Amino acid sequence: MKLRKVFAIGLSGMMALGLAGCGEKAPDTIKLGLIVPKTGQVAQYGIAVENAANLAVEEINAAGGIDGKQVQLFSYDNKADATESINVFNRLVDNDKIVALVGPVISSTSLAVAPLAEEKKIPMISPTATNLAVTPDYSYVFRACYTDPYQGGTVAKFASENLAAKTAAVLYNAGDDYSTGLAEAFKATFEAAGGTITSYEGYTADDKDFKAVLTTIKEKQPEVLFNPDYYNTVGLIAGQVKEVGLDTIMLGGDGWDDVQKDYADVVDGYFFANHYATDDPDPIVQNFIKAYQDKYEGNTPNALGALGYDATKIMLDAIAKAGSTEGEKILAALQATDTDAVAGHVTFDENGDPQKSVSMIKVEGGALKLEAKIGQ
Amino acid sequence: MSGFIQQLINGIHVGSIYALIALGYTMVYGIVKLINFAHGDILMMGAYFGLFSITVLHLPFGLAIVVAMAACALVGMLIDVIAYKPLRNAPRISALITALGVSLFLENFFRVIFGAEPKKMPNIPSLEGGFVLGTIKLSYVTVLTVILSIVFMVALQFVVKKTKVGKAMRAVSEDKEAARLMGVNVNKTISITFALGSALGALGGVLYSVAYYQVEPYMGIMPGLKAFVAAVLGGIGIIPGAMLGGFVMGLIESLSKGYISSSWSNAIVFGILILVLLFKPSGILGKNVREKV
Repeated sequence: MKLRKVFAIGLSGMMALGLAGCGEKAPDTIKLGLIVPKTGQVAQYGIAVENAANLAVEEINAAGGIDGKQVQLFSYDNKADATESINVFNRLVDNDKIVALVGPVISSTSLAVAPLAEEKKIPMISPTATNLAVTPDYSYVFRACYTDPYQGGTVAKFASENLAAKTAAVLYNAGDDYSTGLAEAFKATFEAAGGTITSYEGYTADDKDFKAVLTTIKEKQPEVLFNPDYYNTVGLIAGQVKEVGLDTIMLGGDGWDDVQKDYADVVDGYFFANHYATDDPDPIVQNFIKAYQDKYEGNTPNALGALGYDATKIMLDAIAKAGSTEGEKILAALQATDTDAVAGHVTFDENGDPQKSVSMIKVEGGALKLEAKIGQ
Repeated sequence: MSGFIQQLINGIHVGSIYALIALGYTMVYGIVKLINFAHGDILMMGAYFGLFSITVLHLPFGLAIVVAMAACALVGMLIDVIAYKPLRNAPRISALITALGVSLFLENFFRVIFGAEPKKMPNIPSLEGGFVLGTIKLSYVTVLTVILSIVFMVALQFVVKKTKVGKAMRAVSEDKEAARLMGVNVNKTISITFALGSALGALGGVLYSVAYYQVEPYMGIMPGLKAFVAAVLGGIGIIPGAMLGGFVMGLIESLSKGYISSSWSNAIVFGILILVLLFKPSGILGKNVREKV
């Protein structure tokens, strides 16, 4: 009898301890959401961002977390699709109860999520959505990269100043906000600098054959060909540029990042705008590269990785500075951001767009080399 | 002028691939009156089989084509036995919907196994480069594609017109019941038709992936649709019609991309389908056959 009583007390004591453990654990984490494409055309981008975000979270947790609380990252695949992005955003907010969001990665999906983040007062920072319309209408939406017009204009400036090109052709994906945004800005800036646009041609996402349109472009012999699209399409087009014998220098935007992995032979000697260069000697850059390589078996992070890391860090810093997980307080801290990040020094303008420099990268012998840094 | 000739070359290149795929549509339609929407996915599977023959089995390119064609011929017959044969006497719409289902199944099955990320077809060293005449470039890939397509089309025409199997196919396509009464093994004949059509689709797939370097689960949709339009354009059910339709489609696409606008080319191509259906519903080579009452 006595024994049984002792046993019962012991058991209830253990249960109480167990329950206390549970109760203590729940509010003890800071829940951060991440939306990235892990399947589909731009899967490499999503995986790079996710890896980098995991690294940033791990570093913060290893250093004791934020106010002693560990950061918990909830990551979902949006398949680079706008509707799917909205579904996973709702799941993150309703089921996982996140306090802030990093992502989505590409512009079209970020445009889909931005109004929802505003409505639910979830501070959101897209690492890589470069389309102009992502931030201005939404006070809760920020980005870690520069915008399409800024980037397209910088490539045009590079073409006319550094390459001394007088003629350019533009070939862009007419069904994609990112591609169209860069193409328009390139055209405007290049013409303003006194250059001539010989062809301005759009295509659709399903197109695989570009030889017909490239043959027409070839007749006008442009010195440069601007193709702002993602690496798979760029590889396809660059191969056909060679096939039709079009002798030109191809230029692109940050969507080209990773193009050297599968298509080094066809894009050799071409240039594209990017957010950071792995051969940049800045210690912040080199420390990040080393940490990433240690964690991911020697893989060198691409620009998407750098921006994913920056975006996660900026958001976590803001949560730490706000000293709260309330949307409004995090928002105020985000607006006051003034920090050195991997992809350049970051402050935000009134739209939530960072003010930073553009690196022009050259593909050479399967490697990426920093050609020029074109300033703010 | 040289630009125009280059556009014609581009058009014939794409067109010969459309023609190869269109043959599969038209043969199957001719014999079982089914529009086999899974045929575009046969092209995709052909490309995957070709890719793995080269990268995993390290077969030479010529042998990779043979492996891809044989594998797809088997898969084609299997699809017929599993999905279409049980519906042989069902209303035609049931088989059509099944075909759409097979198509979606194959795309998603390959996506789950291999991922949606496009895989790069390795460069084929023997196919790099080409003939250069002034500013006109004729790549070896184009030459090979056109020659192989024509060879296989002629061979198919020979099989259909001159062999016993071909005779059985023509008999079944004309009247299934009468053919059966005459001692033709109808099911076997239909299986052979699927095998031949699928093998040609696989050839189209390998050539397509060599021309455009990428292999991915959804790659068959667009060329499949365009080849279907080509088959209708030439007159569905008629083998020379499919070939003609394929080349016409390729040329229209290439010229509209070159001289009108590349963002309009798909609208133009599918617009033509609507026009053909309005003015000559039986296609360029089609005859108006009166329904037997």
